[in-house]
Amino acid sequence: MNGGKKFNTANLVLVFSILVLVVVVAVPVILIFITAFFENGKFNLAGVMKILSDPDTYQALLNSVIIASGVTLVSTVIGTFFAWLIARTDLPFKKVMKALFLVPFMLPSFIGALAWKVLLSSRAGYINKLLMAVFGFQKAPIDIMSLGGIIAIESMYLFPFVFLQVAGALERMDPTLEESARISGAGLGTITRKITLPLVMPSILSGALLVALYSLSHFGVPSILGTEKGIYNIPTKIYERIYASGGSFGAIRVGTILSMILVIAAALILKLQDVLLKKGQYQIIAGKSMRPVVLKLRGLKIPLLIVSIVYIAITVVLPTVTIFMVGGLKTYGLPFALTNMTWDNYLKIFQWRMTKDAIWNSLYLSLGAAFVTMLAGTMISYVIVKMKVKGKFLLQFLGVLPFSLPGTVIALGVILTWSGRFGINLYNTPWIIFVAYIARYMAFSIKSNSASLSQVSDSLEEASRACGATHWQSLKNIVLPLIKPGMISAFFLIFLPALRELTTSVLLYGPTTRTIGVAIYALNEDGETVRAAALASVALLIIFMGEAIIRKFLAQLDKPRAKVEE
Amino acid sequence: MTQLKLMDVTKRFGDVIAVNRLNLDVEKGECFSFLGPSGCGKTTTLRMIAGFEDLDEGELSVDGKVFSSSYKRYYLPPEHRDFGMVFQAFAVWPHLTVRDNVAFPLQIRKRPKQEIAERVKMALQSTGLTHREESYPGKLSGGEQQRIALARAIAINPKVMLLDEPLSNLDAKLREEMRFEIKDLQKKFDFTIIYVTHDQAEAMALSDRMLVMDRGVVQQVGKPLDVYNKPANKFIFSFIGLSNFIPVALSGGKARIEGVADVVCGAAPMDIGSKALMACRPSDIDFIGAGEGDMAEAGAASMGARVARRTYLGDIIDYKIVAGNSEIRVQKPRHAKGPAEGEPCRIRINRILWYPAE
Amino acid sequence: MADLQLSGVSKSYGTRKVLDGLDLTIKSGECFTLLGPSGCGKTVILRLIAGFETPDDGVVSIGGKVIADAKHSLPPEDRHIGVVFQDYAVWPHKTVHENIAYPLEIAKMPAEKISKDVRKAIEQVGLKGLANRYPYQLSGGQQQRVALARALVTTPTVMLLDEPLTNLDANLREEMRFEIKELQRKTGTTIFYVTHDQEVALAISDHMAIMDEEGRIRQIGTPDQVYEQPNSEFVHQFLGIPNYIPFAVRDGVAYIAYGAEAGIAPIRIPEVPPAGFHDKAGKAACRPMDIFIEKTTEARDALPAKVLRLSLLGPIIDYLIEVGGIQLRAQMQTEEAVARDMIIEEGRPCGARFTNLKWFGVNGEAVR
Repeated sequence: MNGGKKFNTANLVLVFSILVLVVVVAVPVILIFITAFFENGKFNLAGVMKILSDPDTYQALLNSVIIASGVTLVSTVIGTFFAWLIARTDLPFKKVMKALFLVPFMLPSFIGALAWKVLLSSRAGYINKLLMAVFGFQKAPIDIMSLGGIIAIESMYLFPFVFLQVAGALERMDPTLEESARISGAGLGTITRKITLPLVMPSILSGALLVALYSLSHFGVPSILGTEKGIYNIPTKIYERIYASGGSFGAIRVGTILSMILVIAAALILKLQDVLLKKGQYQIIAGKSMRPVVLKLRGLKIPLLIVSIVYIAITVVLPTVTIFMVGGLKTYGLPFALTNMTWDNYLKIFQWRMTKDAIWNSLYLSLGAAFVTMLAGTMISYVIVKMKVKGKFLLQFLGVLPFSLPGTVIALGVILTWSGRFGINLYNTPWIIFVAYIARYMAFSIKSNSASLSQVSDSLEEASRACGATHWQSLKNIVLPLIKPGMISAFFLIFLPALRELTTSVLLYGPTTRTIGVAIYALNEDGETVRAAALASVALLIIFMGEAIIRKFLAQLDKPRAKVEE
Repeated sequence: MTQLKLMDVTKRFGDVIAVNRLNLDVEKGECFSFLGPSGCGKTTTLRMIAGFEDLDEGELSVDGKVFSSSYKRYYLPPEHRDFGMVFQAFAVWPHLTVRDNVAFPLQIRKRPKQEIAERVKMALQSTGLTHREESYPGKLSGGEQQRIALARAIAINPKVMLLDEPLSNLDAKLREEMRFEIKDLQKKFDFTIIYVTHDQAEAMALSDRMLVMDRGVVQQVGKPLDVYNKPANKFIFSFIGLSNFIPVALSGGKARIEGVADVVCGAAPMDIGSKALMACRPSDIDFIGAGEGDMAEAGAASMGARVARRTYLGDIIDYKIVAGNSEIRVQKPRHAKGPAEGEPCRIRINRILWYPAE
Repeated sequence: MADLQLSGVSKSYGTRKVLDGLDLTIKSGECFTLLGPSGCGKTVILRLIAGFETPDDGVVSIGGKVIADAKHSLPPEDRHIGVVFQDYAVWPHKTVHENIAYPLEIAKMPAEKISKDVRKAIEQVGLKGLANRYPYQLSGGQQQRVALARALVTTPTVMLLDEPLTNLDANLREEMRFEIKELQRKTGTTIFYVTHDQEVALAISDHMAIMDEEGRIRQIGTPDQVYEQPNSEFVHQFLGIPNYIPFAVRDGVAYIAYGAEAGIAPIRIPEVPPAGFHDKAGKAACRPMDIFIEKTTEARDALPAKVLRLSLLGPIIDYLIEVGGIQLRAQMQTEEAVARDMIIEEGRPCGARFTNLKWFGVNGEAVR
């Protein structure tokens, strides 16, 4: 802050940042709120209650809760178990197993749901048919298109949230915390019960809450496995109402009301998580990296290894292989024999208009949104972390807001904002999806960039100033190169999820603006299972390739180039 | 009376021998330190005593009872060894109150409620934590957390206390204070202490006896003053305290320092070769007048030099003097008159230790 | 000839006034240390000189030229002052060479000159051969030297060092403080050094100032002046072990004052309070090595004492003694203690002879 000129520049950036966040984030949220609670300009709580108590919507609410609870429970148990296995036992091949357990993170869960529908639907599921043939059942023994099925499949893809948090906490935990318990006379069982578990409980709960939040907001799996049978959760019910009524305002209003439930639930969950993490911010992280107390599995080693491998085989390998195989069938329902397979569908994906457009749309929309969000997020983070201006608390508040908003809610908010209300109508154009993506991922970009900026200590900039460089020169020469890896990392962490998402674009797409997710979903809705599977396979390939390239790229970034002279 | 006995204890990590045939007898009631540079094996040895690592060869016994033996293929896990232990990073459980932390080892041993309450009270009193019973460790300072750890360790009235660099994470002033608190606790509760540290001042101030290790091998065991005054080898001499090494050429028992004409020196040992190192402590050198020091006693030397640098350290003045090509460091109390910077001077080295040149 | 001067400088953060009308002059070419406890405001002064903060009041000038006052402030990049930060602030994405070359590149020097100056700076700080290394490949001490070289390469007239040695281990601290002093002597740069470590301050300074928690300068002088002639109890105990002996005056003679020790005659301090001492009571103090331990009390002026604890601190033996109910610490070089057979068992009596006593009145001020 030297002299009047600088003062204005800083304020200008602040105001611009606030403006961006208001337009992109705040307005949609406020509009949802207003639309839900205000009918004809008057605050109408009764109307809200009426809609909520309507048996149809009420059932959707109930289902959401049941599914979320079930998924949270199952994911927590599986996630904690595998985390403990990896971090606290002498299970062989740990590195590989850990990487494999994280694969479900990469796979879009609705594609997984598609695969499981193919395998275990009561009518034509391949596994069901196999079991009926082998064991002579009359009816299909497993019906995946049920609440139980939804819970099972969602758990398969969400447990990494818990796994990652708990494994991380266990690995970083100061081993002397357990050693001091041992020397105090406690055996391994007592230590686990009285020391280890309480200390990682915040991480377990934090992961569980994240799973709950995600499940409540999730569209893909319930839509593929539930809609046909009339099982709805909140996001799928919102979709159903809007599309059944052709986008009528009444339906949108119902959507906003249901959204409010989601928003409140999300806000509560995030607040709870925040409280838990602060409380559990025990200094349990070790300074030196020492080996923690490890349980020798002895006789259980091989059996548990087999269990882990089988789990991965079932949850990762099986669905993926299925999708690829189904995509290669001539017609759905045919058994998997070479004579029934063809490359045709795969080739047609790149010829057929709908799928070609979908791939192209997803690519440029997600790349564009990632790029813009990355830049905006960097600018806003800089104001929050580094600038000394009054009023930046506003930015912090606005920035965190969309974090709690599920994709459905953002989509609705964006519809309300950009369908002509303020003179601009983006509905049915790709721009509305673009804006929705930016709103959706802005919070993440701010959080991620703030983290990398915080790691650039002030003294690094000040040292540059002391060497004669102006503030701008210091930004260019010092700050930017140091946050670049973080920025790029954030870019890819937005680009990849945006590429394969479904929840948001399913409410916003028009005839020419389908995304990959939407296209797969639509094909499945139309009964074109084989084509859906083929497109899904191509999507998986694109995603896998993308992840691999990015991982290599990021790894290279970490290694600084060292000239070997002198 | 021997309380802790290590016999030929060896530990390997892959190809590296971390502890090499260590033999040690620690007497009951002693305060015994392990001292050495990082990686010397002192922490590994302590962890073997505690039971977190097991020895590859040798035998470890306490009060005559074998805790671990490669000969008898026996290993007693840590939870049955009844030691009290304090760790460098305190290792105090953040989710338990101070009282529950201290009570833990007693609860594990299923002591009666009354006994637990009494012992906890006494342990907290002895470490000055009575007012903090219901607090959580996260709210307490580093020094207080370490006291919790001490209280927890003494709660069971152990016969042997193991301390692994307990004061390294505290600031200098606190380190000095708590050093003597630990000794007072030892007097009060009458246990034997095994203390691991890399801080030689701490080791020397605290210990009845100490063991200096380097790369897994014991260099010397003895009382601190003996280790300081009668170092067993060159490593110990340079590791403990400050040291000067002056390269000399020897011929016919007479020493010559390159560039110095007027060395008067007592006889060097016969078998040391033609090149040697004359070693001495900076605090063992006096400034003498121009004519003095010609009659050099055995084990002493005197020579002329010039003061290159004089640094004021408060109670001590630190001199860097140059004799020929050799730089010698001298430390004298402020009240002893010494030369100014740039002045020529004459020094007498009161005691020389001779080491062969590499 | 460029003296660094602060006149009437004040600085507040919110409601907290950290500096209040501070006056400080640092002579051109000297090594000046500002010594004070953590949080006392000494770093703020350094940042004001560097230009990272602006004064609310007062003037900062170098060689008579005003570089900052309440209205105008020259930005840091225009002040040509070398700064070494506590955390080194060495840029991780640049090599050693690139770090040091940076200020010269910003100043748009010709490539050849940059190359030459950087090489010279690297040699000066003893980093030869490491020009292409990245900071993560260097030790803490080496990174500190990069920071030094970078601050020196533009041959600034003034250099500011903010606790540069705190994060190094004891041996390295000693080595580096010698090096900083050597560099300063060779280049003639004015150095303003900020620290809470009195050992470093005493070792490197030409002049030093002691600051208290409220941001007030208590004493300025050469190291031996502030150490041997402290003007107050605060300065005395900040610089080392204080060894206070509370006393009461009776008939011009000082008697050691202690708690209710019934029936024991108060011990007379052999030295008489200075002529200017008018209070009825006060504290006498002396440094550990100014207390001489004798085997008996027969030696001239030795007071009866008891050894409570004897600790070997390497080259120094530390005695915790009790004299007239007061606990004091005396120190002697180990070799001397061994030679004079002064390794006294705990609990045994001895004699204690005090020299160089300092006298403090009831208000904590020194009287000479």
